[in-house]
Amino acid sequence: MTIDHSILTIITFVPLAGALLLAILPDKGKTMQWGALAITLLTFVCTLHLPAHYDYSAAAGSYQFDTDHSWISSPAIHYHLGVDGLSMWLIVLTGFLAPLGVLISWRAIDSRKKLFYILFLLQQVAMLGIFVSLDLFLYYAFWELSLVPMTLLIATFGRTENRRRAAIKYFLYAFIPSAILLVAILWLYVKTGTFDLPTLAGFAAANSISPNSAALWLASLAFLAAFAVKVPIFPLHGWLSDAISEAPTAAVMVLAGKLGLYSILRFSFGIFPQQSHRIAPLMIALGAIGIVYGALIALVQKDLKRLAAYGTLGHVSVVVLGIFTFTIAGLDGGIYQTLNEGIGGGALFMLLGLLYERYGTYDMREFGGLAAKLPWIVTLFVITTLSVVGLPILNGFVGEFLVFSGAMQASFAHHVMWTALATTGVILTAAYMLMMIQRVFYGSLGLKSSAVTAPDLDAREHLALWPVVAVMLAMGVASPYWMRAIDEAGTRIAQQHESIESTAPPAEATTSNVHAAEGGPR
Amino acid sequence: MMPSSYLWFIPLLPFAGFLINGTLGRKLPRAAVTAVALLCTAIPAALVAWLWSTMMAAGAPESIEIISRPWIAITGFHVDFAFTVDHLTLIMLGVVTGVGFLIHLYSAGYMAHEEGYWRFFAYLNLFMFFMSVLVLASSFLLLFVGWEGVGLASYLLIGFYFKKDSAANAGKKAFIVNRIGDFGFLLAMFLIVVHFGSLDFGHVFNAITVNPDWHGGVLTAIALLLVVGAAGKSAQIPLYVWLPDAMEGPTPVSALIHAATMVTAGIYMVARCHTLFDRSPYALGVVAIIGAATAIFAAGIGMVQHDIKRVLAYSTVSQLGYMFLACGVGAYTAGIFHLLTHAFFKALLFLAAGSVIHALSGEQDMRKMGGLWKKIPVTFWTMTMGVVAIAGIPPWAGFFSKDEILFRAFTSDNPLGKLLWAVGLITAGMTSFYMFRLWFKTFFGESRVEEAGHDAHHDDAHATHGVHESPWIMLLPLVVLAILSVIGGWVGVPAALGGHNEIEHFLAPVFETGATAEAATSVASHGLELTLAAVSVLTAALGFFVAFLFYFKKPGTASALAQRAPGLYRIVENKFYIDELYNVVLVTPLLMFTRLILAGVIDGGVVNGFGALSGATTRGLSGLTRRMQSGNIRSYAGWLAVGAAAVLIVMIFGRALWIH
Repeated sequence: MTIDHSILTIITFVPLAGALLLAILPDKGKTMQWGALAITLLTFVCTLHLPAHYDYSAAAGSYQFDTDHSWISSPAIHYHLGVDGLSMWLIVLTGFLAPLGVLISWRAIDSRKKLFYILFLLQQVAMLGIFVSLDLFLYYAFWELSLVPMTLLIATFGRTENRRRAAIKYFLYAFIPSAILLVAILWLYVKTGTFDLPTLAGFAAANSISPNSAALWLASLAFLAAFAVKVPIFPLHGWLSDAISEAPTAAVMVLAGKLGLYSILRFSFGIFPQQSHRIAPLMIALGAIGIVYGALIALVQKDLKRLAAYGTLGHVSVVVLGIFTFTIAGLDGGIYQTLNEGIGGGALFMLLGLLYERYGTYDMREFGGLAAKLPWIVTLFVITTLSVVGLPILNGFVGEFLVFSGAMQASFAHHVMWTALATTGVILTAAYMLMMIQRVFYGSLGLKSSAVTAPDLDAREHLALWPVVAVMLAMGVASPYWMRAIDEAGTRIAQQHESIESTAPPAEATTSNVHAAEGGPR
Repeated sequence: MMPSSYLWFIPLLPFAGFLINGTLGRKLPRAAVTAVALLCTAIPAALVAWLWSTMMAAGAPESIEIISRPWIAITGFHVDFAFTVDHLTLIMLGVVTGVGFLIHLYSAGYMAHEEGYWRFFAYLNLFMFFMSVLVLASSFLLLFVGWEGVGLASYLLIGFYFKKDSAANAGKKAFIVNRIGDFGFLLAMFLIVVHFGSLDFGHVFNAITVNPDWHGGVLTAIALLLVVGAAGKSAQIPLYVWLPDAMEGPTPVSALIHAATMVTAGIYMVARCHTLFDRSPYALGVVAIIGAATAIFAAGIGMVQHDIKRVLAYSTVSQLGYMFLACGVGAYTAGIFHLLTHAFFKALLFLAAGSVIHALSGEQDMRKMGGLWKKIPVTFWTMTMGVVAIAGIPPWAGFFSKDEILFRAFTSDNPLGKLLWAVGLITAGMTSFYMFRLWFKTFFGESRVEEAGHDAHHDDAHATHGVHESPWIMLLPLVVLAILSVIGGWVGVPAALGGHNEIEHFLAPVFETGATAEAATSVASHGLELTLAAVSVLTAALGFFVAFLFYFKKPGTASALAQRAPGLYRIVENKFYIDELYNVVLVTPLLMFTRLILAGVIDGGVVNGFGALSGATTRGLSGLTRRMQSGNIRSYAGWLAVGAAAVLIVMIFGRALWIH
């Protein structure tokens, strides 16, 4: 047995071991910071094994670095891990962001450090577990685990009095749909006798999970709803701005986006291809609306973090739009954009965190004129903004362009209208991002920026931010390096849905009457 | 023969300059910053000259293509980093690198005392990088890279004096308005991907050429969306509003980006896509009408502005309108010709205006100038060349290119051709008027220069110098551009005036279809062409005469006239209140709607308000606990259940509705 078959286990459990280690180490001086940094760096190095040894010639749809052991014989739960083009870069991204999260928390978290870094590492375990699990039960365990450290991080390390409220809101928003998700998972097990994702996907492709289309439909909705809240998809984003506003920077960096989006791609599309296809027009609409809605509300915010929160809603909506078009461009772009959201959003929240550390506020009205005082911060801020608004040769453009051009190619009703609506996002995103830059950095000095003298970036902060900038540029000019694996996954999903469209009773293109007669469950 | 891989250095050297000055510039001495910036633009200019000579050699290919690695590659679609140089690109490259280098030179003098000197040159080099990419690109998407990139450089440079709110606002406005144009450009590209499966110029245009039955329809849709993009970048109605504000940037920036190069990108793009536009008479008609309307509208505003740079800004908008008009009547060569001559004389005018401003220690208001011609003679004489050139007086450059456009408009198939010509002609008169108005007000009459120390500027190191001529490093570019403004038009002397119209032959391989049609008309109508030329020269002379009368002979005439129709004058002086109109009709309602309906009712009420609403209810009912969280747990849970149910209902039953 080579390392290839245990690498995923190593990646997932190094942070867990690290959390245990931190638990027994004394919380003195900078022990916690250095310990967490070492662990997260180690994890990151381990994740790099995946792209280095990824086999691009493997059959499409196969999982690599897989390991499959029976865990509990009845019910048949397996310890089944594996990676394909869909999950590989997400794992690397998770590994990449964690050390940066530690660096950015270095000074910001100055009390109860032990608790903070343990929770932070547990959160990472959960995320990595979600990306590598191919057994539904195992996956669900990680999914639920991901809730707890985050809720505690918000409740304990939130910046205002509202932190508990925000934490509970986040918890309930995520927990209740997850409970329904569990019901659906158990229902699937009852019907098929397996939690194994590849097996279930096989059944789904053969249409043999259940003859009861109404039940199948409900199960698919249970899956989708749980994921949609986590993404969040408009209008299920009620928790987002409160949670982001409260949570410490390192937690915010991983709060939204990738877990839910990955889960939709992997589980909703894998197990419920027909239902996903049918609900696509609605999701495309929600994606397009979410883009404009998030950007517009961001435009009228006074609080930097809430602005970024609504911006996040817009950015994850781009992914939603892309993946539900079921075109290769839309799926590839959507997956790419999921990475971009993690990188661009992560950088933005780090920079906002730096400002907060210096000036103790997120209120834009108290800033102003900082460009002359903080030349490095403004430089990085502008670069991040350009990535977020989708300036070509930075990463955001590649994903966004593919998503929108995929939306234009979609075969669903009204897709041209939704594409046009979504594309107005490029105007609105630029508007709120540039407004933010102007308010914070340009013009005359504001209340806080004149009262407080703060230093520009120190070495640690440079170290946390420049790697992100390098990745933005690299992913902007050399996208095929990442896209190769992603394209394999995107193409597979697109082809699967093409076959649904051609075989399934009336595709969307045919008359609506036939559709209503044949369509989903009543 | 030069190996074509050298082409990469044309954009990459300025990029290297940007990186060096951008990262190290703060610590480098000014001389080093200047050296880096100048070298990184001079070498590309030399390379272009070399390229030019190889491509002009007998038997040289009509276009050179170089392809590097793929930029975006997915199943069924890919875009490479690939450049193509044909004669059109060559002209553009010549303008960009040549004028670009001269303006870099000028900037070394103009910006010498500015804070952030390194930053200025870093941005300027960044601009050169993106502009070269724009004109070299061999696909829509790579062109878009340059397109967005020059927009970025423009944003950074307009907002160079970022401490000034007006500059920061202007930069933001430029970027956002350009984004509105980009919205159209992007949609056009999405449609191209759907219908052609590629964004490569060669692929798309070949597909159109081999299908002569393709007309209108989706081609019109694509063309019109591209026009939206072009109108944004080239400051045409209704998206021109950003360009006058862009004058907040340092004057060399106005000369390079907002006159000679970037703003012509829209015209370049339309010309590049002529194969597409030729199949859509409707889209061409729209281009022509937008161009003519913008030309006369902006000229009208330019006639009453007092800020020397604003006059030139509206003049640029107006001249870009001419180029649009040219493209719209299918006279792409004439459009590019005017682009070329305009690059010379407008860059010259801006740089000369900059020299005037420099001489007056920052004064831009023409009401506070006057009588300067003796004090800054080199500036005066070079600027005079530019004024005469733009006014359309032979044999200065502007005459030939503008006349070509008017002639093509007159003889075009467009049913509105005669009207377009008339609008163009009137605009020519107005152009001549406002340029000579500027000339007289700046250089002649009584000096209205306020003494230094009079206002808040007294601490300015310059102010004590009094009026002074600029250093040689600024004057040299003026002289070169002045010479080009005189002779630049001679490459396009029409046969009717005994010339050979070299530029038309030069561009013939690019605009094949257009060129043959033009050749057919021009043989037939030499007499007509001469008549029209005479009419436009007379119009220009009339413009000069009126300006002479108003601003030299009887200086009070203009204000007396203005007092006769104060309402009209105020409307025009305030630029027809277009900015205010946009604010009232678009921006404010959108923000109000967002605040009240989206953020207030929907997000605060529906999405977020479940908790608050039911929290209150719970408190009222139970009174069991005052603590927020326990009340909220239940309310969130309840509302989440309701919400989930609602979503389920919508998903299940809404679907049937949805499909319809």
